[in-house]
Amino acid sequence: MSAIAPAMPKSWYVPSKPHKFCPGCGHGIVLKALGEAIDELGIQDQAIFGCDIGCSLLSWDFFAVDSTQTHHGRTTPVMVGIKRSRPELICIGYMGDGGGYSIGSQHLLNSAVRNEKVTLILVNNTNYGMTGGQMAPTTLPGQKTETSPYGRDPETTGYPTMGPEFIAALTSDSAYIARGTVSKYKQLKKYIRSALQNQISGNGFSFVEVLSTCPTNWRTNAQQTWNFLEDEMEKQFPVGELKNPLGKGEK
Amino acid sequence: MSLVRIALAGEGGQGVQAIAEIMAEAAYENNQQALYIPNFGLEQRGGVSIAFIQFSDSRIGAPKFQKADIVVALSERAVARTKDYSGPETLFVYDSSFNIAPEDFPKVARKIIGIPAIDTSNEVLHPRVFNIIIMGAVIGMSHVVSFEDAKKALEHKLGYKFVQDPKLRELNYRALEMGKEMAEKALQEGVAQSV
Amino acid sequence: MPKVIGEAKKSFMTGNETAAWACLAAGADMMFGYPITPQNEIMHYWTRLAPRYGRGFLQTEDELSAGFTVCGAVQSGKKAFTATAGPGNVLMQEPFGMAEAMRLPLLAIIQQRGGPSSGTVVYSQQEVTLTTFGGNGEGMRIVYSTATHQEIYDYIIKGFNTAWQYRFPVFILGDGYQAKMREPLEIYDPEDRGIEMLKPYPLIGLEGEIGQSREPQHLCNIYSLEEELYEVVMKMAAEYESLQDSLVEYDEKNCDDADIIILSHGVVSRAAEDAMKILRTQGIKAGYFRPITLRPYPQQQLRNAIAKSGAKIILCAESAYGQLDRLTKQEIYGETIKMENLFMPGVGIIDYDIVDKVKSVI
Repeated sequence: MSAIAPAMPKSWYVPSKPHKFCPGCGHGIVLKALGEAIDELGIQDQAIFGCDIGCSLLSWDFFAVDSTQTHHGRTTPVMVGIKRSRPELICIGYMGDGGGYSIGSQHLLNSAVRNEKVTLILVNNTNYGMTGGQMAPTTLPGQKTETSPYGRDPETTGYPTMGPEFIAALTSDSAYIARGTVSKYKQLKKYIRSALQNQISGNGFSFVEVLSTCPTNWRTNAQQTWNFLEDEMEKQFPVGELKNPLGKGEK
Repeated sequence: MSLVRIALAGEGGQGVQAIAEIMAEAAYENNQQALYIPNFGLEQRGGVSIAFIQFSDSRIGAPKFQKADIVVALSERAVARTKDYSGPETLFVYDSSFNIAPEDFPKVARKIIGIPAIDTSNEVLHPRVFNIIIMGAVIGMSHVVSFEDAKKALEHKLGYKFVQDPKLRELNYRALEMGKEMAEKALQEGVAQSV
Repeated sequence: MPKVIGEAKKSFMTGNETAAWACLAAGADMMFGYPITPQNEIMHYWTRLAPRYGRGFLQTEDELSAGFTVCGAVQSGKKAFTATAGPGNVLMQEPFGMAEAMRLPLLAIIQQRGGPSSGTVVYSQQEVTLTTFGGNGEGMRIVYSTATHQEIYDYIIKGFNTAWQYRFPVFILGDGYQAKMREPLEIYDPEDRGIEMLKPYPLIGLEGEIGQSREPQHLCNIYSLEEELYEVVMKMAAEYESLQDSLVEYDEKNCDDADIIILSHGVVSRAAEDAMKILRTQGIKAGYFRPITLRPYPQQQLRNAIAKSGAKIILCAESAYGQLDRLTKQEIYGETIKMENLFMPGVGIIDYDIVDKVKSVI
């Protein structure tokens, strides 16, 4: 490998690079953290990567890992079906906030309650990116989107879904639950790694929400994008681990 | 035997589905064709329970039918619910302890027969064998299974209870016998209805 | 895996119980299901029997999840199935569409109930259109419409093999009557009948080291370009059509000299056959034709029956308001035979319903 090649996780699928996410999108950062975690844990050959519909679908051939594409909101049950059939496989579901918290919320909720031994990574960018920037369950109060052009009004459309918090309330102590952000890469990678380790250890349900960026639909420049992520979003969505059955050793 | 179609209807707990199953299995064990289907609806309990049973020497067609050869209705509601299954060839049997108004009976029947199954079970035998009396009556009227095969089927179904309490066997056999006699008597005496 | 059925044996059981035994005998590994009448007892029997034979079960949160967990299980290389009815069948069209698109050999048992909407929990033949052509696709499915418990047993065993051989989703289309009634049948081990059960194989989660001994598997069901999808669908259609002759099944009786052909499927065909016999004894030349596969439809065989008989009328009898009728008309387009119908949506049809109708139209 030449010296100027960018450092790429071994578990990335080189022929599909460069990837197809928009400039400034956070997906690439999340997938890099996931790739490095897969490498470090040495699970490339046992991992199953399942992606949802929405921008997350662009990751269908992102990894040199056996991967499957599902329907909008249905990644969770597909991963559950695989894990229940082949418990030796490490099943990783990858979805957006619409897929996880809206159309697929019943699957997220019930798989958490059943303590399904899968790892779900949900990217929260406060809107439906692929379909053109509509309001999502995670859209902030007052935030303008294509379907809340005057700003999200909590009176008529409620407050943002607090995913890790509600899942933490549903799960037993063997679940791993955290919220990370693409602005804190090392922490994010640690969370994802722990979420995978929790599945490998056979403990139970593992869930990481990742705060991410969508400058295309936010219509923000680099500075505004980062400000929105670090100030606005983190104010609404506190970053940190909510449940960690692995103990301090993994922290 | 050519096709015989029977509809048994009663309140939940009267045991019509149990005897339908026993009779159908008895016929099946005797290498006859039998088809049994319960009505099933929204309510788990509380509605009128109907068992549709058919017996034949040859393959049985549709699982349900519109007119039965024998209808047995074991409550006032059951009479109302099943009167449309009665046609010109139908023996329509009800329990004579109910006062059914003449206009509530089916308009058409070969014969409408009241049998004192409830009173007999309460006063002479035991309330728990009420449905076995009914089974005896159905066999007495239809001969869909032989009396001996019916006893065997009872033994097969309830044998484990008979082991615990041998008197129960005797009680069931007597109920079967009395039901059969009731039916035979009623068939001879029953007044043809022309309502 | 312990043998499920030793000696073949006569049994007297419900259709739902029959279905559970057939799935066991066929070597199904996993069932995923959600309660809905009238299929519940398939789950009830499966959950009692499956642990004895090392098979799995999960009751999911809804039919969407049941269908998609089956898709996942099949992708991971397991023989997996589900069962549903009515509104559950509506929801499952979404995962069935994924199975169609990704060629996932799942098997689904549909016990039709009354519709539209929640309808009744009892019986109908109103899920023909949904089961044959449901979803946002082209109906690349194999649908067996059973009429007896023996057929439920036989076609479930056959269905798993058809699914895994051709990788199209397979449907066993029953109904509430078949689900709940008891009648005799013989259950057997497929191998004792010379039926070799195909072994499932994984599509993902393969053996070997990625990058060394194998490439990663990337299963895809959404395409960037119209042309990509076009290629995929056209290839699938060509393959499906090439299989028609080996897949179609039908039953035909007394069509050689028939003046009228009684057309029916599923449990109604029992009454249709009886009606045909009654009419024959009365001097009316009635024939009987029953598609067993509704997808693919035995259209050439029906055309042949029309041609050789010279029949002037088809009477289509179904417990629906024209679903088999519509399917048949599109399949035998160009025939000029008159189509009469006996539509009884959501209720049973007996022989004399058909006999009377035949006499009124002939």
